[in-house]
Amino acid sequence: MSITAEETRAQIVAETKTRNRALIDEVLKVYPEKTAKRRAKHLNVYEEGKSDCGVKSNIKSVPGVMTIRGCAYAGSKGVVWGPIKDMIHISHGPVGCGQYSWASRRNYYIGTTGVDTFVTMQFTSDFQEKDIVFGGDKKLEKIMDEIEDLFPLNHGITVQSECPIGLIGDDIEAVSKKKSKEYGGKTIVPVRCEGFRGVSQSLGHHIANDSIRDYVFEKQGAEPKAFEKTPYDVAIIGDYNIGGDAWSSRILLEEMGLRVIAQWSGDGSLAELENTPMAKLNVLHCYRSMNYISRYMEEKHGVPWVEYNFFGPSKIAESLRTIASYFDDHIKEGAERVIEKYNRLTKEVIAKYRPRLEGRTVMLFVGGLRPRHVIGAYEDLGMNVVGTGYEFGHNDDYQRTTHYVKDGTLIYDDVTGYEFEKMVEAIQPDLVGSGIKEKYVFQKMGVPFRQMHSWDYSGPYHGYDGFAIFARDMDMAINNPVWSLTKTPWE
Amino acid sequence: MSDKLRQIAFYGKGGIGKSTTSQNTLAALTEMGQKILIVGCDPKADSTRLILHSKAQDTVLSLAAEAGSVEDLEIEDVMKVGYRDIRCVESGGPEPGVGCAGRGVITSINFLEENGAYDGVDYVSYDVLGDVVCGGFAMPIRENKAQEIYIVMSGEMMAMYAANNISKGILKYANSGGVRLGGLVCNERQTDKELELAEALAGKLGTKLIHFVPRDNIVQHAELRRMTVLEYAPESKQAEEYRQLAQKIHANGGNGTIPTPITMDELEDMLMEFGIMSAVDESVIGKSAAELAAAV
Repeated sequence: MSITAEETRAQIVAETKTRNRALIDEVLKVYPEKTAKRRAKHLNVYEEGKSDCGVKSNIKSVPGVMTIRGCAYAGSKGVVWGPIKDMIHISHGPVGCGQYSWASRRNYYIGTTGVDTFVTMQFTSDFQEKDIVFGGDKKLEKIMDEIEDLFPLNHGITVQSECPIGLIGDDIEAVSKKKSKEYGGKTIVPVRCEGFRGVSQSLGHHIANDSIRDYVFEKQGAEPKAFEKTPYDVAIIGDYNIGGDAWSSRILLEEMGLRVIAQWSGDGSLAELENTPMAKLNVLHCYRSMNYISRYMEEKHGVPWVEYNFFGPSKIAESLRTIASYFDDHIKEGAERVIEKYNRLTKEVIAKYRPRLEGRTVMLFVGGLRPRHVIGAYEDLGMNVVGTGYEFGHNDDYQRTTHYVKDGTLIYDDVTGYEFEKMVEAIQPDLVGSGIKEKYVFQKMGVPFRQMHSWDYSGPYHGYDGFAIFARDMDMAINNPVWSLTKTPWE
Repeated sequence: MSDKLRQIAFYGKGGIGKSTTSQNTLAALTEMGQKILIVGCDPKADSTRLILHSKAQDTVLSLAAEAGSVEDLEIEDVMKVGYRDIRCVESGGPEPGVGCAGRGVITSINFLEENGAYDGVDYVSYDVLGDVVCGGFAMPIRENKAQEIYIVMSGEMMAMYAANNISKGILKYANSGGVRLGGLVCNERQTDKELELAEALAGKLGTKLIHFVPRDNIVQHAELRRMTVLEYAPESKQAEEYRQLAQKIHANGGNGTIPTPITMDELEDMLMEFGIMSAVDESVIGKSAAELAAAV
């Protein structure tokens, strides 16, 4: 009696599930009873056919654990607003939040910094004790005046609230309104993204989206001036151009015959935000951080939106076809032409790297869209993602994840430092993809690591060009000869 | 000067007469040879006007805001000396509706301690606005600050309610910081059975009514002249009352208690006991006088 390949695979999956469940029980043991009960709801093993990953999400982290999450200010200043290049974003409050969010998340942009673009500069009201006691509204006015004097080519200002602003009840809305009037109707956006709001940076994204709705869209009223529409206008939503991601995405859309009228928000400008309701279609990459404004534009302006995935050739081709399906044959043919054009590049990349990466395993823990979106890119290289989780995902993210993960994948929501370390120790993947705080923990364990927030100062990873860089970087991490030197000499 | 610094604080509902009572009492304490420092912890900065004969003195926080930060101030800039060498400091704070007054209290008390404002005095008295509304206004009852709190109250329902609330604040810090409730000071409002009620409340709170200050218009006359009664009319009957209160407080050192605050229901029961509130008839709650008249 011979065992079929099917049966062997089923047996491996069953064994994996058993191991993963035992591992979850094992990591929970260290917690006090109440904590274990709470954390248990965030850890699971994916069962094929289920509509979500079976974990709770978007819930307050347990005090005392090392969570990897950020705050609402990080979500607004760091993610959504910060990359808008021709506006000046004031970190309003004590200096620390501004200092640590200085220089952006490598949101590349074109422009002359300090003249017409300001992304890597840092503006802060640097609150002192007296500003807390007496309120900071006057100081904010002064800063805005100074900005107008020193940077006359700025196209607008946002006020990114740090925690104390909400505590002492400063009226940043009134200051913004007053100054906007004074400067002839300049866009000035007060953003109530105090760090203590919500359970993670996720609420900051939502608040920032809402502030675009209220202070960019609602304010401009009807259609923006001097905008000529074409039938092929799209806006890229939720691409932050980290290492140039939006650029390597944009060229694909343009090559298939579309016109990209806005980038949200990597290398984006205020005028692009204002023009977006004129688009025929909004194409949404990071669902988590910008679904809110996409839904709004759909309801209010009738602009449909579609999610896409530009990581790895399989998903890129699928996404190009999905996007093209919203347009006529001209665009549909364009999509096929683009897929064909990059076919050779893709094949060469896969021919080079797949043999070196085939069968290697990956564990991910990142934010936004990446815990699911990059899985296809790894699979194009013959690698398997065996564990994944979201820093600040919601249930709709975990539902979408089911289209990507395999049966038996370990799922960990808002993983704690301890859990992640234990799980990697037990599973021993060939690569961990997470952030800077996790990097050295795992490298010291001898596990290859890539930062999957900042692409480890590399990139872009989006699009076909990005895939070539992605493949090279993963190979570089995993097959680095340094790992053979980490053997204990006396053993 | 005695070998140990006494730190006391006056709390109570807004408008109950904390500043008047404390300044008169402290003026009386100077007659007993005590050296006094008053720390006003109210953004209105009116805790020292009777001593200084001035409308309001420059506050720690307004001077700090002018100078740039509180570190730029010298103690001489903020401390004024008034009647019978009483030293006066006002913490100050933002105008109503902006900023954080509580943080201001913390800032200025830290400044005063670090800069030796407490050296060479027998008494430090904190005069704190209204209720304990936030952590900042609880600063004087935290560790190593006031040892005894005197709650100024009257026979009015809300004054007693505030006194009970303040007791809760004291209780919170009593075990960690050693603050105690020194007693209640009843500032007569001529409500029904006021003395008995005040005594009963003191009993419930596990403290005593340290003094019942009768109402006297002379206080008002003195206030209009920005003076304490002790200075304006030292021979008056009212001045004598404050002297008695001062003596009682002076003798009360170390006799404070950990308060036993009561629930709102217990407080209402007490009022009923004294016949001030009739037994609660559920049918009258939320009804206006006109509605009740129509129902009869």
